[in-house]
Amino acid sequence: MAVELTCIVCPRGCHLHVDDDLNVTGNSCPRGAVYGKQEVSNPVRTLTSTVVVEGSGHLWVCPVKTDVAIPKGKLFDAMKEVNAVKAKVPVHIGDVLLKGIAGTEANLIATREILD
Amino acid sequence: MEKRDLVIIGGGSAGMAAAVAAYDKGVHDILILERTEFLGGILNQCIHNGFGLHEFKEELTGPEFFTRFVKQVEERGIEYKLSANVVGVTKDKVVTYFSGEDGCVEVQAKAIVMAAGCYERNAGAIGIPGDRPSGVITAGQAQLYLNAYGYMVGKKVFILGSGDIGLIMARRMTLEGAKVLGVAELMPYSNGLERNIQQCLKDFDIPLYLSHTVTKVIGKGKLEAIEISQVDERMKPIPGTEKRFEVDTLLLSIGLIPNNDLLDKAGIEASKTRGAKVDSRMMTLSAPGIFSAGNVLHVHDLVDYVVAEGRTAGEGAAAYIKGELKPSEEGILTEAGKGIGYVVPAKLDLDAPGDALEVKFRVSRPSKNVYVVYSQGGVPIKKILKLAIIPSEMEIYKLPKNLLKADGGPLTVSLEPKEEK
Amino acid sequence: MEDVIIIGAGAVGAFVARNLSRYKASVLVLEEQNDVGDVTSMANSAIVHSGYDPVPGTKKAYCNVKGNAMFPKLCEELDVEFEQNGSLTVALDDKQFAMLEGLQQRAKENGVPTRLVLTEELFKMEPNLNPCAKGALFCPTAGIVNPFTLTAHAFENALDNGVKLRLGEKVVDIKENGGVYSVKTTKGEYQAKMVVDCAGLHSAEIASMVEPVEWKVNARKGQYYVLDHFKLGFVNSVLFPLPSEKGKGILVSKTTSGNYIVGPSSEWNEDLDDFSTDAATLANVKEQATAMVPGIPFREQIRVFAGNRATPSTHDFIIEPLPHHPGFICCGGIESPGLVSSPAIGEHVVEQLIAPFLKLEEKKQWEPCVRKHVRIASLPMEERNRLIKENPHYGIMVCNCEKVSLGELEDELNRSLPCLTIKAMKKRTRAGFGKCQGGFCQPKVLLLLAKKLGIDPTEVKYDRDHSEVLEGRSK
Repeated sequence: MAVELTCIVCPRGCHLHVDDDLNVTGNSCPRGAVYGKQEVSNPVRTLTSTVVVEGSGHLWVCPVKTDVAIPKGKLFDAMKEVNAVKAKVPVHIGDVLLKGIAGTEANLIATREILD
Repeated sequence: MEKRDLVIIGGGSAGMAAAVAAYDKGVHDILILERTEFLGGILNQCIHNGFGLHEFKEELTGPEFFTRFVKQVEERGIEYKLSANVVGVTKDKVVTYFSGEDGCVEVQAKAIVMAAGCYERNAGAIGIPGDRPSGVITAGQAQLYLNAYGYMVGKKVFILGSGDIGLIMARRMTLEGAKVLGVAELMPYSNGLERNIQQCLKDFDIPLYLSHTVTKVIGKGKLEAIEISQVDERMKPIPGTEKRFEVDTLLLSIGLIPNNDLLDKAGIEASKTRGAKVDSRMMTLSAPGIFSAGNVLHVHDLVDYVVAEGRTAGEGAAAYIKGELKPSEEGILTEAGKGIGYVVPAKLDLDAPGDALEVKFRVSRPSKNVYVVYSQGGVPIKKILKLAIIPSEMEIYKLPKNLLKADGGPLTVSLEPKEEK
Repeated sequence: MEDVIIIGAGAVGAFVARNLSRYKASVLVLEEQNDVGDVTSMANSAIVHSGYDPVPGTKKAYCNVKGNAMFPKLCEELDVEFEQNGSLTVALDDKQFAMLEGLQQRAKENGVPTRLVLTEELFKMEPNLNPCAKGALFCPTAGIVNPFTLTAHAFENALDNGVKLRLGEKVVDIKENGGVYSVKTTKGEYQAKMVVDCAGLHSAEIASMVEPVEWKVNARKGQYYVLDHFKLGFVNSVLFPLPSEKGKGILVSKTTSGNYIVGPSSEWNEDLDDFSTDAATLANVKEQATAMVPGIPFREQIRVFAGNRATPSTHDFIIEPLPHHPGFICCGGIESPGLVSSPAIGEHVVEQLIAPFLKLEEKKQWEPCVRKHVRIASLPMEERNRLIKENPHYGIMVCNCEKVSLGELEDELNRSLPCLTIKAMKKRTRAGFGKCQGGFCQPKVLLLLAKKLGIDPTEVKYDRDHSEVLEGRSK
């Protein structure tokens, strides 16, 4: 079944048409075609959230993200794992706080430097 | 009185970009005054990703994005003060600020870059009918509580306004365990970026009620319920269309307003955006040497454009300090014509660097198949076909200088429908 | 056993308490809300009326004129923002102009100085007035006051002088037995020789717990706009239209913080506890105000609010003992001009009705002044720096819009008067009163309150019970 969707690769928001054979039309750039195909076959999202950080005098939580996008259907499973993670200062951008989140290849990494 | 070449008000993206650009143009006596405990401005609480596609050609979260600029500031040894709150600016470029360490200080600057960002339109400003309980809160404030302090403001949430912060918060609060019951948007179209509609609402089956607004807030202590109604073409609520939602939180994402109080009170002329009137170098028209950039000038959709504007202001300030930039009476004034909400800058300066001059604007409502027409003195000089154009995106066009005449009258940007064949 | 229990911590209760604190007497104030001055004393026009308007010979007229005269010294002692900027009652046509004479006559009977101002002078005083205006009645003794600090500082002063205050306790029953009153609240029971009913909208309800009363208090709602302090001098005096049977009409005024206030509407409200606003009424307020001042920039609107006037069925303030209970003093139906009248009411109640009854003796020493409340941004440069050197927290701005420092917030938490809620802090210091309405500073205020009160941030209330801002930790 063909799918109509709005491209989100860039803010332009092209209206994509993806047919049964995963052919994409309506895109203005090649990245749109990749997105359209992906979104219909295996939609993925980068998860961003925060984890508790211990030992900081300034911040209560540390922002985090998955280093690669994870399947959309696994967002809530991943959140359960994120909620159990505790970071300790010093934290650097890119520090891996959890490997293989929700059974995926993705790692949970810190997105903020917290030194004290 | 303390003297500085360049004082930058605000250590967010625009301010840091301006500082780095001015430094790289040879002005090293710079002071950034930041009122919070951190550089980075509003990106401190924007932990979602999607920043930096233009600037760094990759998708970063807010903190990752601003940290790169903090490094640039620190590498250059540019001085900044945190928890330093500017309370006054004069046209003569005296900046007064408070700080716990320095006390209340007056600084005489050779140039100033105003980069104080924006603030959120709130319940008081639109006078939402009904009670005034706690639980009615701007989306950005809820974001601050959640992303900086780790506190949720509620469990059952409704959102008024489809601005991007509201959409981002719909996803954030859903992932953190809240139930978001819906988003009401007064206009017949969304005011957020399409990717946010898709990834923040559709992904979680959160309904978007277009042409709806909140017509009643109910609750004595904490919010208990809200009532939304459909609105007609004149945006008046239609009786009989009321829907009630039992919620403990109403997030407001109903617009951002340049935080331009300091320049306003200095008597610097403001434009339609409520930011200052500036020329192509982001220098204010009524106070030479005072520049303005970022969301304090007009609200941007992408931080990448904020950074670019900050850089222009920083370079302009450096040129001004070095005496290379003289205030001039000349220049081409700009006007928002049919279908256009506002145009920045207020004056195009043919002496500005480059072969083209940037014209930034937003349209008043979404349109398809329209020409954006640039006319000078009433004569069209450029027409550009747009298949789709929406108010939630800021348009930037580099208008070639050779199309403009110094004495050709004001430049008007307007929309013109494409003629059907 | 107390000598006196005061029920209600509004402006009237504040000045009864403050006047009583001059005497050797044990005094307890009971308040249902979580802060003093949290109902009618908070939500009003904040005008120090001159007193030309009340019917001559009434208690309203007497207390208003007397109260007005007390304000300059009072606000000095209590460190309250006050400005005697005068009021103008504006005639917009010839018919109204002819009516000004009648108003002037009434003012004369009330002993209020006035002067007719004709167009040339009028437009010099108020350049933004409707050009159709024919003239106005100027009352130089009228003024504006900060209603929040007026009540709060009067209580602070009373508490400094030994009065006790219990917040968050609603009176549920009162029994009199052999001249002793037992006052039962939601949290305890207290005895006193005298009770003063300063319960505002609920004053008839409270009095009826002791004996049936013939008067009633009805709520008359007033809705307002508040505009930002966008510029100085948009209006200079308090601008009134001609009064009607519905009240003094919709005024346009600046406030002591440089903001502008437009309102109030006037509509009967069956629910004493309903402070909601509605779009149709506010649109009407806008329309009427615009008739007097056409260019009001409503895009500078930062807040709408509503208050309920405690309107007495008798058309005059009720300030008297209950007929069969001489130890129970009613202060009921104190509607507008209640705020300006409250110091005079307090004085009258204490000097005429309580002190003689209890044969109270004055204290040898009584402190009339509160310790100065620092407002760092309004001080001269050297003074700012002296204070910041002493306490660096005066240099850390928490509220960006209103320029309120951490030192000022902390100071409010180290005083005799408790400051328990975000709104209480807002009323004391103006933190959160500006155009962003606490968008940036509220988390800082909330966390400071939690720390100083020794409670969890999720327990900090915005104002009344169940108004907590935070639901819980996200992790």
